[in-house]
Amino acid sequence: MSPRATTVLQPASTDPSAIRNFCIIAHIDHGKSTLADRMLQITGVVDERSMRAQYLDRMDIERERGITIKSQAVRMPWSLDGSPVVLNMIDTPGHVDFTYEVSRSLAACEGAILLVDAAQGIEAQTLANLYLALDNDLTIIPVLNKIDLPAADPEKYAKELASLIGGRPEDVLRVSGKTGEGVEQLLDRITELIPAPVGDAKAPARAMIFDSVYDAYRGVVTYVRMIDGAFSPREKVMMMSTKSTHELLEIGVSSPEPVASQGLGVGEVGYLITGVKDVRLSKVGDTVTSSAKPATVALKGYSEPKPMVFSGLYPIDGSDYPVLREALDKLKLSDAALVYEPETSVALGFGFRCGFLGLLHLEIITERLEREFNLDLIATAPSVIYEVTTEDKKRTTVTNPSEFPGGKISSVSEPIVRAAILTPKDYVGTVMELCQGRRGSLIGMEYLGEDRVEIKYTMPLGEIVFDFFDQLKSRTQGYASLDYEPVGEQEADLVKVDILLQGEQVDAFSAIVHRDKAYAYGTLMTERLRKLIPRQQFEVPIQAAIGARIIARESIRAMRKDVLAKCYGGDITRKRKLLEKQKEGKKRMKMVGRVEVPQEAFIAALSGDTETKEKK
Amino acid sequence: MPSALPIADPAPLDGLLPPSVVEGADSRNLGVYLHVPFCRVRCGYCDFNTYTAAEVRGVKQSDYASEAVAEVVLAGSVLAATGAPDRAASTVFFGGGTPTLLPADDLARMLGAVRDTFGLQPGAEVTTEANPDSVDAAYLERLAEAGFTRVSFGMQSAVPHVLATLERTHDPERIPHVVRWARDAGLQVSLDLIYGTPGESLDDWRASLDQALAQEPDHVSAYSLIVEPGTKMARQIKRGEVAEPDEDLQADMYELADSALAGAGYEWYEVSNWARDGRVSRHNLAYWQGHDWWGVGPGAHSHVGGVRWWNVKHPAAYADRMHAGVSPAAGRETLDAETREVERVLLATRVRGGLEIASLPAAARTAVAGLIADGLVEPAAALRGSIVLTLNGRLLADAVVRRLLD
Repeated sequence: MSPRATTVLQPASTDPSAIRNFCIIAHIDHGKSTLADRMLQITGVVDERSMRAQYLDRMDIERERGITIKSQAVRMPWSLDGSPVVLNMIDTPGHVDFTYEVSRSLAACEGAILLVDAAQGIEAQTLANLYLALDNDLTIIPVLNKIDLPAADPEKYAKELASLIGGRPEDVLRVSGKTGEGVEQLLDRITELIPAPVGDAKAPARAMIFDSVYDAYRGVVTYVRMIDGAFSPREKVMMMSTKSTHELLEIGVSSPEPVASQGLGVGEVGYLITGVKDVRLSKVGDTVTSSAKPATVALKGYSEPKPMVFSGLYPIDGSDYPVLREALDKLKLSDAALVYEPETSVALGFGFRCGFLGLLHLEIITERLEREFNLDLIATAPSVIYEVTTEDKKRTTVTNPSEFPGGKISSVSEPIVRAAILTPKDYVGTVMELCQGRRGSLIGMEYLGEDRVEIKYTMPLGEIVFDFFDQLKSRTQGYASLDYEPVGEQEADLVKVDILLQGEQVDAFSAIVHRDKAYAYGTLMTERLRKLIPRQQFEVPIQAAIGARIIARESIRAMRKDVLAKCYGGDITRKRKLLEKQKEGKKRMKMVGRVEVPQEAFIAALSGDTETKEKK
Repeated sequence: MPSALPIADPAPLDGLLPPSVVEGADSRNLGVYLHVPFCRVRCGYCDFNTYTAAEVRGVKQSDYASEAVAEVVLAGSVLAATGAPDRAASTVFFGGGTPTLLPADDLARMLGAVRDTFGLQPGAEVTTEANPDSVDAAYLERLAEAGFTRVSFGMQSAVPHVLATLERTHDPERIPHVVRWARDAGLQVSLDLIYGTPGESLDDWRASLDQALAQEPDHVSAYSLIVEPGTKMARQIKRGEVAEPDEDLQADMYELADSALAGAGYEWYEVSNWARDGRVSRHNLAYWQGHDWWGVGPGAHSHVGGVRWWNVKHPAAYADRMHAGVSPAAGRETLDAETREVERVLLATRVRGGLEIASLPAAARTAVAGLIADGLVEPAAALRGSIVLTLNGRLLADAVVRRLLD
């Protein structure tokens, strides 16, 4: 396909009036990356030959999961009615955990494509991002994708979209990222409808960082949107939050491969390379200015990434601990939100207590550690941040049950979120039952079109991080979607439940739960462990306790028989091999007091998989 | 998982042994095991090296005795070549398979070859395993004439439904007869029992023990059923057609056996073996006490002075080797000092008083205190210097071994 634009406008000399900055808001799987691929092809920045599916998703994980974790920006030439324009497409991450990154991407644009699967309709996450976009005064272009699918119902979902954002159903564009149908019209509509950026070319330079990516060869690549002024190569720039200064080794635009330019002017989107090696020196949301002629006021909206969910990560093979440390150090270079510190567990050995933006962030980091660094990991149950006040008025911040203070507790406060769940109306009862069971309190409910409902709840984050999403999905046959945002803290009657094996506390299983659920947690874990821990030469009591009070008890009966009846026709070698295998197995046992526990039992208990009891 | 064992060495075609095996040979008995790899039917629980056809890939059962004799002759020349002093055999044991599926004359001929090659010590123990329905009075008399001293009957159970699950075809009513014929022929009698068969109750087991004791055998072996991977029974269990043996019930059954046997005057001398009046199976003990034995026949295992080897498994492959005049050994391992010590503890712990505490390293001696405290080792015997497992200790013998070797 040949590009429509015959004149390609050059960076640093493009008039803002010829620039359109936009992003695509879409749910996972709704085809954002495929649509982006078509745009790259149709505008001619990627030729047929080098086109690979989902060009913009660079990480293997992104490609496989079909989701975008880190954003990118691409400059594409286009023209409408003979006038050349520049379209900057800013790819946004698509998940609740990365809301802050999404908000920065949105802040870099004047318009957004609201992309919705014509067979599925809008999802909670998309809705949340749509609100964010409207908050940022973005021009919204509603688009239904995948109209080539047999199950597509564009009439129905066009109505739903129109009712959401105003306008008429027939204004909703219908495209197929797969076949390319409607994509040219979409590019035209972007050019027509999205306002050109406005800024002061003479003012001191101000650029907002909307993404910061670590590249093993080039160091940190910082993606910026110029608001005022301009940058040129070799110029010294300053990060306004840290006042650190760096020389611009390279400045340019992605097209989609990086192309160095003579600079960036008002309204343009591009990248900066300064040679720094750590994304924490170039943080999303920060303002970059010129060191020689610095701006006095930073752009609004910067905030430090704040971990919300904590979990212990342990290598299953203890000797992998140094590898894990190195791997975390490396990931940290590209992920400013990841925090961790060393931690030791009786059950799991040496590992790290890690803080994440949310559950998906946890999952993605774990998966990257396993995949890119070839590690086998076990994660402890996720926890949130509790503020615990003891009767002597001492306040303790608890991100790990082991930090929960002993003695008299006067209050515990926990983070709460406003959760929005989008579900077909048939599942409203089921969803409400789930939310009530998780200490949710209903805020309201709203019909979206005819058959879908948005239900809003205030809920403790601690209830959401523990298995809530899986439950929601399984109880609604996968139809419900979830979004949440933090809304503060509340006091609650929370207690720490410990699990004891023959009187010894097994740290990895301690949990902070609501008092009403302590018994249920205690029986669940003691029963799981009873099923998973092999019998020993003596009886082993398993107890759940709040402080010194036992709330649940199980016991593993003593093993009565552990002897091979005979050796077969003098085959001593076979018997010795068996002994060696048993001794090898014992090396992988964790000792809790005198109790030998196979690490797999702990792992299975943590993951809820009780089907794999090992026979000695 | 990588095995901690060294990969076995290939065995040389001439079967020759390294000079190291001579060391200490004077203090070790020499036994001969003769494997007979044939059965009329294969029992569902059995994973032994045995075949049910009269002719396997052109190899005839009727030729087997000659092949075994050839290996006995090979054994004689290999042992002579080591330069070790000549040793007459202390024990000879025919196992299987079903040795008594062969004509008594074949067994006699094989025993004759042992006698001709090594000689038999005065009072040598010569045993054959026997299936109750494959022998009669004449057969047993012929064995006694040939020099056999003992017969070990595979009684397994006295209860028809248990025998049926085990796919044993003999009539339990036949047991008293075969025992009497053996006695009349002058043979000592051992009865082999199996407990823990799927569907077998404690009462079933009690009935089998009573029946066995009513025959007043000299010796009783009681083995818990172990479901070996690859057997028909393992498949039946996997498909849910047969219940998996319950280890707790097996423990109850062991305790019942020990008390019934002790009450009738039988003393345990090895975890699964009881004898009265000292009529232990010396051949069986030799395995646990680290003596030398030559295993003749397909799949048979041998041990001489810290070298273990095993023969090719298939009767046809075995026959080929014997006809070609080369050693039938398939692989061997030469144990280093550390492995020999591990094996010594592993094996001798199972024998009453078989392990001297003074012979153990310091860490193991310390572990003995814990084993006494946990009721696994007899305190009085330990004070006298040897390890005798308690009833619980026998049930947990493998755990005791691990603690001694930790």
